[in-house]
Amino acid sequence: MTSTGRPALVEVTGVEKRFGTTRALRGVDLSIGAGQCLGLVGRNGAGKSTLVSILSGLSEPDAGTVRFGGAPAPRVGDIQRWREWIATVFQHSMIVPHLSVAENVFLGASPQGPGLSSRAPGVVSWRTMRRRTRDIMREWGFDIAPETPCRELSVEQLQVVEIVRALASGARCVLLDEPTAALERQAIVRLFDRVRQLTEAGVAVLYISHHLEEVFEICQDVAVLRDGELVLAAPTASLGKDDLVAAMVGGVRTAAPPPAAAVTEAGATGPGDGTPGQGQSAPAAPAAGDTAPADAAHRDVVLAVDGLTSNSARGRLSGVSLRVHAGEVVGVTGLLSAGVATLGRVVAGAEASTGGAVALHGRRVPPGRRAAAQRAGIGYIPEDRRAEGFVPLLGVAENITMTITRQLADRLGILRPRARATAAGPLSSALSLVSSGPGQPVSELSGGNQQKVTVARTLAHHPSLIVAITPTRGVDVASKELLLSSLADVAAGTGAGVLLCTDELSDLVICDRVVVFVRGEVFTEFGRPPFDRDELILATEGLVTEGPAMESPAVAGPASTAATARAAAYNPAEEAAQ
Amino acid sequence: MISNQAPQGPAATASASTGPGGTATAASTTAAGPAGAVATRIRGMNANVLREVALLPMLILLIIVGTLVSPAFLTASNFAGIGQQSSALGVVVVGESLILLIGGMDLSLESTFGLAPMVAAWLIVPVAAFGSGTDLSPYLGIVILLAVGAAVGLINGLLIVKGRLNGFIVTLGMTIVLAGLQNGIVKAQTLFNLPAPFGYLGSASIGQLPVSLIVTVAIFVLVGLFLRYHRTGRAIYAIGGNAAAARAAGIKVERVKIGVYVAGSMLAAVGGLMEAGRVSAVTGQQGYQEGIIFSVFAAAVIGGVSLKGGRGNMVGAASGVILLGIVGDILDLANVSNYWIEAIDGAVILFALLLARIVGGESTAEER
Repeated sequence: MTSTGRPALVEVTGVEKRFGTTRALRGVDLSIGAGQCLGLVGRNGAGKSTLVSILSGLSEPDAGTVRFGGAPAPRVGDIQRWREWIATVFQHSMIVPHLSVAENVFLGASPQGPGLSSRAPGVVSWRTMRRRTRDIMREWGFDIAPETPCRELSVEQLQVVEIVRALASGARCVLLDEPTAALERQAIVRLFDRVRQLTEAGVAVLYISHHLEEVFEICQDVAVLRDGELVLAAPTASLGKDDLVAAMVGGVRTAAPPPAAAVTEAGATGPGDGTPGQGQSAPAAPAAGDTAPADAAHRDVVLAVDGLTSNSARGRLSGVSLRVHAGEVVGVTGLLSAGVATLGRVVAGAEASTGGAVALHGRRVPPGRRAAAQRAGIGYIPEDRRAEGFVPLLGVAENITMTITRQLADRLGILRPRARATAAGPLSSALSLVSSGPGQPVSELSGGNQQKVTVARTLAHHPSLIVAITPTRGVDVASKELLLSSLADVAAGTGAGVLLCTDELSDLVICDRVVVFVRGEVFTEFGRPPFDRDELILATEGLVTEGPAMESPAVAGPASTAATARAAAYNPAEEAAQ
Repeated sequence: MISNQAPQGPAATASASTGPGGTATAASTTAAGPAGAVATRIRGMNANVLREVALLPMLILLIIVGTLVSPAFLTASNFAGIGQQSSALGVVVVGESLILLIGGMDLSLESTFGLAPMVAAWLIVPVAAFGSGTDLSPYLGIVILLAVGAAVGLINGLLIVKGRLNGFIVTLGMTIVLAGLQNGIVKAQTLFNLPAPFGYLGSASIGQLPVSLIVTVAIFVLVGLFLRYHRTGRAIYAIGGNAAAARAAGIKVERVKIGVYVAGSMLAAVGGLMEAGRVSAVTGQQGYQEGIIFSVFAAAVIGGVSLKGGRGNMVGAASGVILLGIVGDILDLANVSNYWIEAIDGAVILFALLLARIVGGESTAEER
């Protein structure tokens, strides 16, 4: 791929990796030369993480080879020797917060110094460690004191420490995995300067990002992974953003997409099939889709979110406002760090916000108090079902009725097991929950059935708003459709609003409206189904399609005008110039 | 369903009833293949039954050993004595089990066990018996005793739940503070001449049955039923099993947790009242210096109450208490030298733990 004639520093040939029946990587070839910055992009699940872990020496490919400077790579797990060639700055900080900068830079590889430590292995020479850290910092123009405890550093400074660690180990290639996910905009600009500094000095950089504009900004070449295959590798100068998206999505954009190619990849028929009154949830029936959102706009506002801000580690929110009407399913989507899950958690009261208000039926919901939010009528399907979705030791019926013990108990608070089973029965049949009985511990169920328990638990208390965060993650296709259609059913049948926060675009099939978040802000909104998958993807990347949104603002709707303006506002090159 | 005939752990309570909820069961059984589902059910049931009766062989073995050791062992009066001696411990075990069930721990119960009766007695006995001179009514003394227990539990609960401090350290510190207060207020004197109403619970008998035993059994039964059938009791299991999930389901986790710390300490105070009545005095040693917390934890854990929270019940906790009581009694009857009693006591507890682990499958280890 490197036609420049530079020697390949890192060369990957025919790499394959399987997890069970999934082929995460299928014969990937990749090479990076000295001084090259190669962008690696792909959708979630395309195989990027697998490739990163193979390139970092953490996992072994099933087939294929990794070569460094023409010679075979060290044994997998020999991280010390591996890092002499390639060092990874992971998305999640690998810094030990209570140790100093110098200790973190030389973590697991304390340098030999004069005196005792030159003779006795394992003895740390603090002076050498600090001096070498200071030298590297000075050489690269960084200014963090080696003695500083890392817990006092900002996210950006921690990243610098990780880059210095990579340089200290002598790595000739630095792998940056989603480096801008947690950074402020100014910090991103400074990071780009550092990357250029590295490549000018002959260090190779493999840059992994969801943000395509960043790839165009600093990478000379770009490689695209899709379903474990390398589908494109070319100089960025020769490509447009559309070409890149087309490669990521799978070439559906080469021609005008047929209307049926809506949100779902597989099973575009939608989950509402065969359920009467579910027209609006199925994109295959666009005729019904026309009326539903228009109706919804005239109905009561169930949820009003105004100017919500949060500094959550799951993704910041900076001033989010939105409405959910009765009977309306509103999808919120975006990249992992865009604050989609944070919005859901704050609305559900599972997490406090730093500002703004959440109101249900016009009444303010106290922030950060889950029990109060539930009493107000907010149901919550949490992001991670193992962490928050159920109590593993307790039975199916008990978990399902956990939200309604107040209603099931008599005046003395006595709860009869029979009452629990009776209340749980209809819900578990409606969701086709498979268990050996109402008393079977939920820990014994499959993932899909566990998620059904979590959903049933939420439906049990008849919420007037359901907040569902990635409700179909790790769930098989059949359960997925059932879960989604049960949410759509509740909205259609009881007039409850649904706030569906997800990064899984195929979940959005049940939505009447989709709001796209970029970096904690509402970026754009798609008013009515069917939603175009490619437009959604572009929007989550912070780009706007050349479709309706790019038409002259006078013609386009208000939402797309805002989107255009926002897209123009976020331009790293422009910021750099300021 | 087969499950109807079997005693179940609390987790499986709901399955014992086949009501209208059985419709989902029937449908799902068909889907999973009837034979497979039934097999799973039986296996699950056996594990539950085994866990319940895990200590039974141990108890039978001990009774045989006791009978061989002394003819006085298998007599009503001896068992009444075991009952009376174990009652105070039993009430504290109920309190500790509640705290363990929510995934907490409280070392300071042993000091509350000493301090609460000490404060109460100090306020009611005359100056001649080293009282404070306030000469309060003994009934008021019992109210004060409960109030001291509640106050200690509230402080523990607030520090641990609201202050987010480590429960082990908080209650360890509290243990020493309370034990110091216990000695401090009476300058290490022993309070005696306890008025009859104050000592009634620990010393009186109805026929051969000690009142303390009746009350302790009643507490075990009531708490057991509460845990099984009250919505707060079920919330305790939910919180211990997965506090985040309980919170997401709208359970007021913090409030329940603090409430459990308060209840646990009040039970420890009641245990202390029984002990004071039994020995007709409150000594500076009662509780902390006797080191009863070891026996409390041992009884709860031998009885299958999980140190990780969310698992265990009152039947198990009671059998743990009975087992420890019988072991102590046999050692007494066998005239084992006082110098050796602790070693043997400890060895028996380790053996019982091992047995419960093998039979019941409950691991008391850290997650591997």
